[in-house]
Parts: sequence; structure tokens; C-alpha cells
Amino acid sequence: MKTAVNKFRDGFRARLRHPFSLLAFLLVWAAMLLTVAILAFIVIHILVNGIPYLTPSLFEWEYTSDNCSVVFAIINTLNIVGMALLIGVPIGIFAAIYLVEYAKRGNRVVRIIRLTTETLSGIPSIVYGLFGFIFFNNALGWGYSMMSGSFTVGIMILPLVIRSTEEALKSVPDSFREGSFGLGAGKLRTVFRVVLPSAIPGILAGIILAIGRVVGETAALIFTAGSITKVASGLFGAGRTLAIHMYLLSNEGLHVNESYATAVVLLVTVLLINLLASFVAKKLQKKF
Amino acid sequence: MKRKKLMEKGMQGVFFISALASIIAVALICIFMFARGVPAIAEIGVFDFLGGTSWKPTDVPPSFGILPMIVGSLYVTAGAILVGVPIGLLCAIFMARFCPAWLYKFLKPMVNLLAGIPSIIYGFFGVVVMVPFVREHIGGPGKSILTASLLLGIMILPTVIGISESALRAVPDMYYEGSLALGATHERTCFKVIFPAARSGVLAAVVLGIGRAIGETMAVIMIAGNQPRLTADILQGIRTMTANIVLEMGYSEGLHQEALIATGVVLFVFILILNFSLSALQNRKKEA
Repeated sequence: MKTAVNKFRDGFRARLRHPFSLLAFLLVWAAMLLTVAILAFIVIHILVNGIPYLTPSLFEWEYTSDNCSVVFAIINTLNIVGMALLIGVPIGIFAAIYLVEYAKRGNRVVRIIRLTTETLSGIPSIVYGLFGFIFFNNALGWGYSMMSGSFTVGIMILPLVIRSTEEALKSVPDSFREGSFGLGAGKLRTVFRVVLPSAIPGILAGIILAIGRVVGETAALIFTAGSITKVASGLFGAGRTLAIHMYLLSNEGLHVNESYATAVVLLVTVLLINLLASFVAKKLQKKF
Repeated sequence: MKRKKLMEKGMQGVFFISALASIIAVALICIFMFARGVPAIAEIGVFDFLGGTSWKPTDVPPSFGILPMIVGSLYVTAGAILVGVPIGLLCAIFMARFCPAWLYKFLKPMVNLLAGIPSIIYGFFGVVVMVPFVREHIGGPGKSILTASLLLGIMILPTVIGISESALRAVPDMYYEGSLALGATHERTCFKVIFPAARSGVLAAVVLGIGRAIGETMAVIMIAGNQPRLTADILQGIRTMTANIVLEMGYSEGLHQEALIATGVVLFVFILILNFSLSALQNRKKEA
């Protein structure tokens, strides 16, 4: 810390002769400090105001409008996360394997695939929600259900999984593949036994980020998974997730303290998931 | 031997089909959104729908003009850009060219955390902190264009920072060295040499930020006030297209519901235009 202060002071003195440089120097530092301060303020404000209300009644099994229990919402969230991963992860990984290992460069189809994947990642979650409502709820007749919700967010996480897997596969050096071919392994064996295992940290980090995205998702789920305050009865049952619960609870305006507490649960979960993702990406990363 | 070959071919087929999933998803989203939305627009009349200033879906006869919502979305998006882009770009310059290595280790995960916080948490923070602050210290009812712009500006920070930082890092070192050799200070070099050299990446960051802001739903709905009206007063509330969908989808039926889906279609078209201009931008960069 002391060295940082010294460094800043030295930098400041050295720039006194150049007004433009001094201004630019101060501006970039100010922007950085402001960004950090905003993040810290949001996180600390919610933790400080919410943690005192993390009472046992918040975690009672049965939901009533008095205890505002979040247990049912957590179970629904886990349900949706699990199913969305079952849908999005295999397809995403396979798609990335095709793009990196099989596709020829400059192929027309590949270009369209890349364009549509980019498009998918740019579509706002409310449009996913509307699409899920029209397609899964109405056209397929699934109604408000865990199935509709998880298929919707399953598609939503697809670009994230594809991109992180692609990056991970690309970082595996070609010498690995050549070595495997040289030992007589086929293409498929090389992909599954040599390339994929070396790429696992990157893929895992992408999957964890996808989990975070689903946990925090509201707009795509509110019209697909529904907003009933109970544990979904099976795959075709409806039920709200934690993020939807958080929205509806804070919208009522009657339970501000419980809203804070729910926000803490949601925020801490998402922050831990994000930290875990960067930890996995860093610690498990092999140096090639 | 034959079985092995069959397996190779079969799995290659599976990979290929998975890779087509993005195309199928985008096609399905387009088909179902347009099939439900376009007939509604035709029934209401293109000009009455896009240019109508009154949104009274439950009146007899109802009026479905979404111009206030389109303008509302544009207002808060422009506001978010005004707030988020300058801070984000300065922050990106700091992270790419000023940041000491030890600080970067903390700063980068923090920016990622900012991206990971669910929009519902931002919205809640907006309601409990920013809305009262604006109401008491700046004026108006608190839920306003200004509040929404500030919050959205914060929310697009990680997008702007992430993309433009990597663009700034991609500028070859010789630009930097050449500028220093000509006697420019570090700051002058960063702002007048490196920043212009990275402008296509910076522009991409801004376009992605616009996409994020215009599609944002849950945070905006909680703090923008949601009155469907045309106003030039930034201390007054306004309704965005995204908010319109979430607010009324739950109880709408018949033409009203179709009109909401059509609102989603208009939003979707905005996003598609942004996406295509982004990929045009990136293609131009490749050619250059």
C-alpha cells in the first residue's frame, strides 16, 4: 500500500510540467477508483443491510407470506440450473469440438454458425423469455413449467459454453494431437482422450459462469417457469426461482428486510460462483 | 475396423448437428417471434403501432402505440452511454496501460464480478439507494430517466471495460515506443496514439454496451417509473419496451398479448441491427 502511495506521488510530481498528461493521469485513476467504489458500495450495502435478517425463519421448509422462506425458490433454482446444464453443456461442447477440431477454415456453414452464436449471445433475456413463452409454453403446450424454463435458459447459455470450450480447445497445442495420431489413435480417440482432458479447466470455468448466469436470470424465466410460491411438482410443474422471488418480493414493497436478506443469498451465491470460476480457470490451468 | 470407422463418422455427425444448434435456435426464435408479432402489427397498423403516442390496451377501443416506449428505451440507452462509456473507457485505459501488475490481479476479477451481479440485484440497489437519493437531492419522483441512466451506465461498465481493454492491449508495442521516442509523455501516447489505434475495438465495446442497455429489463423496470409517456424531462419517469413486456404479459390476452409480443419483435429487430453492424465492424477490421 505504501509503495502504491509513493508511486502515485512520484507520478504526480513528474507530470506537473505537462498539464494534459497530469489531467489524463488523474482521470484514469479517478475512473478506476470510481468503478471499484461502486462495486464495493453495492456489495457492502446489501451485505450490511441483509445479513442481520438472515434468520432461521427465512429458511423454513414451508413458505408463508410471513416468513418469506426462500427454500422452495432455492430448490427450483437448483432444478432449473441442473436441467439447463444437461441441455446446454453437451450441445455446446460438441458444437465447439466441431468448430475447432473438424470444421475446415473458411467453411460457409462455419461462418453462419459463428454469426448465429454471436447473435444468440446478444439477444436480451426478455426476448428469450418471450420466445420460451411462445414456443415451449404455448406451441409445445408445456405451460409454465421447469421444462419450459430450463430449455429457455439452456439455449441462453449455449453461446457462453461454446465460446469458452472453443477457447479451451484452441489453447491445447497441436503437438498433443500429432503425438496422439503418431501413436495410432483415431481422430475421435484423440479428441476424447487427449484434447478434451487437457481443455477441462477452461470448459469448467465456462460452465460455472453459465451457472451464475442462470442463477441470476429473471426476465427469461418469469414467463416460462412461472411465479408460483412452491417447489415445482416434477418437470412439468411451475415454480419461481430465487431471482424471480427476489423481484416479486421487492416489488411488493412489504418485506424490505426480507428482500435484503434474499438479495444477500442471491448475491453471495453469484459472487462465490464467479470467484470459483476464475479460481478453477487459474489453478487447474496446465502450462503447455 | 469397420465399426471404428462407423463410430468416427457417426460422432462427427453428432458434433456437426450440435454445431447446427445455434442456427436452429436463432431460426426458431426469429420464426416464432415474427409469426406471433407481425400479424399483430399488421392488425394494429404499422404507423399506429410504431408511431402511436398512446398506449391504452384496456380501453374500449384500445390503442396500442409504442412510440413512448421506443423513445423511452432510446432515452435510457443514450443516458447509459453518456454515463458508462467515458468512465469505462478511462478505466480500460488504466487497466491496459497504467495498472501495476499487483493491482491488476485484484482489479480484473472485480470487473468480472461487476458483470456477474444479477440485474435484479442492481435493480434492488437502485430502488433502495439511488431512487431516494435522486428524489431528495436532485428532484422529481426519483424513479426517472436520470436514475435509470445512471444505473444502466454502471451496468454496462464491465462490457465496455472488458472489450476496449483487450482492444487497447492488442495495439502493437512499437506504436507506444515510437511515440515515446518522439518525446511524448506516457499519457499523451496512451490518449493520442494507442487509443485512436484501437478505435474499432472501442467502437465494438460501445455497440455491445448499447445492446446491453437497450435489452436490460429487470433493473430498468424497478427504477424507471414505467409511465408510458413522451417526456423530455429527465427527472420524470418513463417506460421502456422491455418493461412494457414484463409489466403486462402476466395478465394480457388476445390482441393485447400479441401487441406485447410485437413490442418484443421491435426490440429484437433493434438488437439484430446492432449485431449486424457489430459484425460488419469486425469484418472491416479484418480487411484493414
